[in-house]
Amino acid sequence: MTRQQVLDLYFMDARCKLIELAAFLDRVERASGESDFRHEALVKALEHLSLNEPSRAKQVLLSLSDPTSEPIAAAPGKGACGAWPGATPSAP
Amino acid sequence: MRYIEPHAHMVSRTTDDYEAMVTAGCAAVCEPAFWAGFDRGSVHGFRDYFCQLTDYEPKRAARFQLPHYSWLCINPKESEDMGLAREVLQIIPEFLKRPSVLGIGEIGLNKNTRNELTILQEHVDLAATHNQLILVHTPHLEDKLKGTRLILDLLKSDSRIHPSRVIIDHVEEHTVEMVLDAGFWAGITLYPESKATPARAIDMVEQAGMRNIWLNCACDWGRSEPLAVPRTALEMRRRGHSPEAIDHLVYGNPLRFLSQNPRFQLA
Ligand SMILES: [Zn+2]
Repeated sequence: MTRQQVLDLYFMDARCKLIELAAFLDRVERASGESDFRHEALVKALEHLSLNEPSRAKQVLLSLSDPTSEPIAAAPGKGACGAWPGATPSAP
Repeated sequence: MRYIEPHAHMVSRTTDDYEAMVTAGCAAVCEPAFWAGFDRGSVHGFRDYFCQLTDYEPKRAARFQLPHYSWLCINPKESEDMGLAREVLQIIPEFLKRPSVLGIGEIGLNKNTRNELTILQEHVDLAATHNQLILVHTPHLEDKLKGTRLILDLLKSDSRIHPSRVIIDHVEEHTVEMVLDAGFWAGITLYPESKATPARAIDMVEQAGMRNIWLNCACDWGRSEPLAVPRTALEMRRRGHSPEAIDHLVYGNPLRFLSQNPRFQLA
């Protein structure tokens, strides 16, 4: 596809998701109480959007991933929350 | 169009979903053993589930002339209880004889624990002993990268395992290359929130090439979309992919992998 074709197909969808993301960050900021590692991880992952090469999706995923390599002793639960809490987990 | 749905948890879906899939061109559906959303209390619960997968569900699909196949295992979400997991592993061989069983799956990791790894290894032993195909589930979200690496290390270090007979499912942009580079098949799962969207799935296919990749909807009792594969085929059309290329990805590729088990026959 040409860049024009990609824009024709996906610009409105991307614009919609961008505004949703902006509104979400505003909503978190307006809300009361403490935030947690998920907010921080999302803000940090945003940095990868300004990369100058087409690996932004991969870099965002890597940035939200557990970077360690050793299996853990026991499962803290069954679910995943989408961001790595760090070596000392504080479950959401 | 025609397609094969290689990963769907139909026990959690309605008969209307079967009808919609067949209407959209589904030529066969394959169902890996999965977690019920709660922990089954004993090995008897698994025996009933394996009967459901290998007896009842193929009959339900047959009402729509849809061949139904299954994969058997205890899901990594339940393998923290190694005692129960080993009891389940013991009853699997008797079900491997059933005519619609394609292999061992979906095995893998969930939270990347030592017990999960031990039970994964025991499933791999079972598959190797019985010369079975393997379908691997990679963990969710933040656990996927680490889990995929652990799974690949385990499989690559086992000389009995031929990568061409193993599909590593739920790859995303950060794991697809390592899976394909190691010679395994890669599955891309289309989900509304987690895993991949149709647009991202096609991006991955366009970059990695479609040789050893399949698409699946992995529909279950959670938020998921039984028609995600045909919808992605439509998205490929919008991008200008040819009908032949789409057929290759959504029909030819799963057919090629699954036909490694001669039991896999289309109606
Ligand atoms: Zn599944």
